[in-house]
Amino acid sequence: MTSHTLIAALYVFALAAFLGYQVISRVPPLLHTPLMSATNAISGISLVGSIVTAGAHYNTVSTILGFTAVFCSTTNVVGGFVITDRMLRMFKRKPTAQSKTGETGEKGKGERANG
Amino acid sequence: MRTYFIELSYLLASILFILGLKGLSHPETAKRGMHLAEFGMLMAIIGTLMHLEIVTFTWIITGLVLGSLIGLAMGLWVPMTAMPQRTALSHAFGAFAAALVGISEFYRYGGHLETITMSALGFEVMLGALTTTGSLLAFAKLQGLVRGTPLTYRGQNVFNMALLATTIGIFVYLIFVPGSMTLFFVMVGLAFVFGLLLVMPIGAADMPVVMSLLNSYAGLASAATGFVLKNNVLIIAGTLDGFSGFILSILMCRAMNRSMTNVLFGAFGSAAKSDEPGSQQGTMREVSLEDIAVQMAYANKVVFVPGYGMATAQAQHAVRELADTLEKRGVTVKYGIHPVAGRMPGHMNVLLAEANVPYSSLYELEQINPEFPSTDVAVVIGANDVVNPDARDNPNSPIAGMPILEVDRAKSVVVLKRGQGKGFSGLENPLFFKEVTGMLYGDAKDTLTKLVGAVQHV
Repeated sequence: MTSHTLIAALYVFALAAFLGYQVISRVPPLLHTPLMSATNAISGISLVGSIVTAGAHYNTVSTILGFTAVFCSTTNVVGGFVITDRMLRMFKRKPTAQSKTGETGEKGKGERANG
Repeated sequence: MRTYFIELSYLLASILFILGLKGLSHPETAKRGMHLAEFGMLMAIIGTLMHLEIVTFTWIITGLVLGSLIGLAMGLWVPMTAMPQRTALSHAFGAFAAALVGISEFYRYGGHLETITMSALGFEVMLGALTTTGSLLAFAKLQGLVRGTPLTYRGQNVFNMALLATTIGIFVYLIFVPGSMTLFFVMVGLAFVFGLLLVMPIGAADMPVVMSLLNSYAGLASAATGFVLKNNVLIIAGTLDGFSGFILSILMCRAMNRSMTNVLFGAFGSAAKSDEPGSQQGTMREVSLEDIAVQMAYANKVVFVPGYGMATAQAQHAVRELADTLEKRGVTVKYGIHPVAGRMPGHMNVLLAEANVPYSSLYELEQINPEFPSTDVAVVIGANDVVNPDARDNPNSPIAGMPILEVDRAKSVVVLKRGQGKGFSGLENPLFFKEVTGMLYGDAKDTLTKLVGAVQHV
């Protein structure tokens, strides 16, 4: 790795960290569990590295390690996304919130604070 | 041309990941956000498959298919109450994959790597290894395979620090004097051991912090992989994960008014047990189911406060049923959720959402606390420390300063509890001895189901 690629990579890292901080601090506590399983699925992106290792045939050991890594990270990606979807489908708005008078204003407030 | 296509797919994936996480800022946009992220992942995988270095697809396809099958099975059938365990397990998988890629790279070049690459690779392998074993132990504790109480021994912190120092020492040596395969594997082995030692002294109640930290480490391991492979999408996705976990662990620590060091090295929940047992502050008042049913049925506002006990009793559906019955009678029902209730961040919200509780009825600590004085009945379901008034009133309490749900300000409090024993932290909870408090002993699910019947007959 030359110093140029390192510096470019550090830029990417720093900007991603900054952006991550901005985006993630806006996630309400309500969705912290889905957030964790979603970021977990996304970090399964190490799959990209594993795929090359498993397919390039550098040597037998690398292929075995790569294969195991592909298996592990695919489990992570698929499992993570499936379960995040499943969780998010459960979060529902109150169906008849409008039917009770005097309640709607308060409910709205709560929601906005949540979001 | 091919390189451009691959890089373009990575760029697209990075953008879609960020948009996906941005969607999580509201339940309404979250689903669409996740679909974007999923599409991004697909693009990145397709892009990677075009890679020129790949000569055989056999192992790739086998790995992808096997992983998808297991992942799908885990995703579809794991019950919501087991979410913390599943998440811990997937942290282990992710981190292990990162560690393996690192080991493979090291092996491929026979250990002769440039300084910068070796530095990144060391981070990748160490973080990956310690997260793997740490997460596996967290999984075992959460699943109940290992006792959840902190495991401590004399000189533990000193020993752990010494081990960590040795590991880092070898790492630094390898950066400047590359080539030693043996030392590298010793370093990997030590990192695996360190992961276990790190989680061993941490009690089950501190799991939300540990889960977040392991989440962060797993992400950072991926980001380090990105530095090793010079791959930007790995750096971006890994950093997002790393920061998300980091932010969550800070939030969790704040919700317990404890520092990260205290959580990691304090072995909380073991020391507190040495308290002399004779510090009773009165008697607990046991109340009858019927009395509570009448109180609730004629109340204006009832607030449910769930804790980990609700998850273990699988009582979330019964809570929802009771809430429905009450709402039909015109009672306002709300839920007060403490950030560290349960075993992972947001655990209670997911359980209640599973039981069809609308998210607009779930209130955070700051939102619900001002409402307790006007609450007729506060129902505490399997929660203990998060409603302990000592945190607010007694500066000498081990949990002093921890923000709590102030249920004791409600006109009446009902505590659903398995037995008369203390909570996880082993602390006495003065709430149970207060005049406003009534205790209902027994299985929470059972009690709640009976309450539904009783309220209907009022």
